[in-house]
Amino acid sequence: MSTRHDVKRYPGLGPLSVLFFVYLYAPLAVVVIYSFNANNIAGVWTHFSLQWYSSALRNTALINALKTSLTVAAIATVVCTLVALCAALAIIRGKNVRFRKLSETIVNLPLLLPEIVLAVATLILFSLIDVQNGVIRLTIAHSAFCTPFAFLPIRARLQGMSLDFEEASADLYADRWTTFRRVTLPLIFPGVFSGAMLAFLISMDDFITSNLLSTGGTTTLPVYIFSLIRSGTSPELNAIATLLILASLVLATVALLVAARGNRDNA
Amino acid sequence: MTDSVLHATAEAGRAPRVRFWHDPSFWGLLPSRLLMGFALILPIFIIAAVSVATRGAHGGFAWDFNLAGYRQILFNEGWTGELEFTPQYLLIIVRTFLLAGATTLICLLFAVPVAYFISRQPPGRKAALIYLVTLPFWASMILRVYAWMIILGKDGTLPRLLEYLGLPSGMSLMFNDGATLTAMVYTAMPLMVLPVFASIEKLDGTLIEASHDLYGSRWVTLRRVILPLTAPGIVAGAILVFVPSLGAVLEPSLMGGGKQMMMGTLIQLQFGGGRNWPFGAAIAITLMALVMGFLIFAALRAARREAAL
Repeated sequence: MSTRHDVKRYPGLGPLSVLFFVYLYAPLAVVVIYSFNANNIAGVWTHFSLQWYSSALRNTALINALKTSLTVAAIATVVCTLVALCAALAIIRGKNVRFRKLSETIVNLPLLLPEIVLAVATLILFSLIDVQNGVIRLTIAHSAFCTPFAFLPIRARLQGMSLDFEEASADLYADRWTTFRRVTLPLIFPGVFSGAMLAFLISMDDFITSNLLSTGGTTTLPVYIFSLIRSGTSPELNAIATLLILASLVLATVALLVAARGNRDNA
Repeated sequence: MTDSVLHATAEAGRAPRVRFWHDPSFWGLLPSRLLMGFALILPIFIIAAVSVATRGAHGGFAWDFNLAGYRQILFNEGWTGELEFTPQYLLIIVRTFLLAGATTLICLLFAVPVAYFISRQPPGRKAALIYLVTLPFWASMILRVYAWMIILGKDGTLPRLLEYLGLPSGMSLMFNDGATLTAMVYTAMPLMVLPVFASIEKLDGTLIEASHDLYGSRWVTLRRVILPLTAPGIVAGAILVFVPSLGAVLEPSLMGGGKQMMMGTLIQLQFGGGRNWPFGAAIAITLMALVMGFLIFAALRAARREAAL
C-alpha cells in the first residue's frame, strides 16, 4: 500500500511531531548553552567559559542546600519505600483484607489533593505541636507525599507476578519470611527499585512543600534555586541548572532502563 | 436472647475471624495508615478547623468559631462592619480555573496528534520517542520554569529574535497570564501525552479502515472513530493536567509576577510571616473542595460510561 492511500495516515503529523520535540528540548538546551556564557548577564552571550561551573562548585550555600536535599530525600525514600512495600504486600497478597479499596486510596491520597493545601496543612500541624527542626519537618512531609510514587510501581509488579513461585516456596517448607526474602523480593525488585528512584526524584524536586516547611538553616536545593532566581543576579544559576538537569536525566534513564529490563525478564 | 442467637448464626456463616494482631495484612497496612493519618489526614482536619477560626492579632489564629475567612473571599468588611462585595479574590479563583482549563486544552491539542504519530512508528522507534517525551519531565520543575524565564525574559531569546525580525524592541513577554500559561503547558505536557498515547496504542486499526470503507473522510474518522475510542486516555490525561494546574504555585509566582496571582500563590502568601491564616485556610479548603468535586464528577462520569458499554 502506498503511503498516499494509507487511510491511517494523517498529513502534517510528522512535521508537527518534529516541532513538538524541538519544543520539549529547546528550553533545556537554552539553559545549557547559556551556562557556558562568560558574560554575567544571563541572556547576553559574549564567549565560551567554564568559570560559572567552578564558582558554583565553590558556593557553600549551594553545597549546604544540596546536602539538606540529599539527606531529606534519602531518609524519605527509605521510609516511603518500606511503607509502600508493606502496604502493597498487604493489599495485593493479603487474604480477606477489609477495606482493601479504601486502604489503597489512603496510600494514594497525596495524589488526589493539591500539594499547596497539604503543605500549608502540615505547616499548621507542625506549628501547633511545635516541631521546629527543619529536617524532621521536611522528612515527615516528604515521606508522606512520596509514598504513592513508590507504591504504584511495586503494586504493578506484585500484581503482574504469578503466585506459583510463592506457593512452590511454601510447598518446600519455606516459612513466610524466607519466601519473602528469597522469592518475592528478588522478583519484585525492579518495581521496588524504580519506585524508590521515583520517590527520590520527586523528593529532590519538591518546591511547594519544602518552601513552606524549611527553616533558616535547612534550605533545600529547589528553595535555594528559587531564591537565586528571585534575586536575579546570579550568573552561576545556569551552571547549577545544567548540572542538575544532567543529574536528573541520568537518574531517570537508569530507573527507566531497570524497569524496562525487569519487564522483559518477566515476559 | 433472640438477638444473641441471630448474632451467633451470623458469625457461624462467616469464615473464622482471625484476631487482628495475628493478621499480617493489618501489620502491612499499619505503617501507611500511621504515616498518612499523621502527616495528611490529621493536618487536613486541622486546616479545616483553622479555616473557621479567628485571625490572631499578631498572625496565627485563635480557636474561636468565625466565618470571616470564607466571607473575605467575596466581601470586604468596612470600618463599621458593613459588607462590601469585592471581586478581587473571586477573580483569582476564576483566573485559576481559566488558566488550568486553557493548559488542559492546549496540552490536548498537541498531545493527540503527537501521540497518534508516535503510535504509528515501528516498535523500536516508538519506545525511543516515548522515552524522549518522558525525559524532560524528570528535569526539576523549577528549572523547567526557569528555562522559560530565560527565553521570555528581559534580554531573553524570544524578545531578541522578535527584535531581529523587525518588531519593536524591549517588548515585555514576562509577568502576565500568557507567560504563566506558557510555563504551565510546558511543565504539564508529558502528563497528557502518556495517557493519550496508551489509549491510542490500544485502538483497533481495522476500525479506522472500516470507517474509510464506509466513505468516512479522515476528518469524520477522527471525530467519529478515533476520538471517541481514545476518550478514556483523554479524560485521564485531562485529570492529570487539570488537577495539579489548579494548585500551581511556581509558574504564577515566577512567570506571572506578584500581581497575576492564582489560588496556590494566594494561599502561600497568607502563610508568609504573620498574615491571615484563617483566610489562607479558607481558600485552601475551597481549592480542595473544587478539586474533590471535579474528581468525583470525573469518577461518576467514568462509572456511567462503563455502565453504558
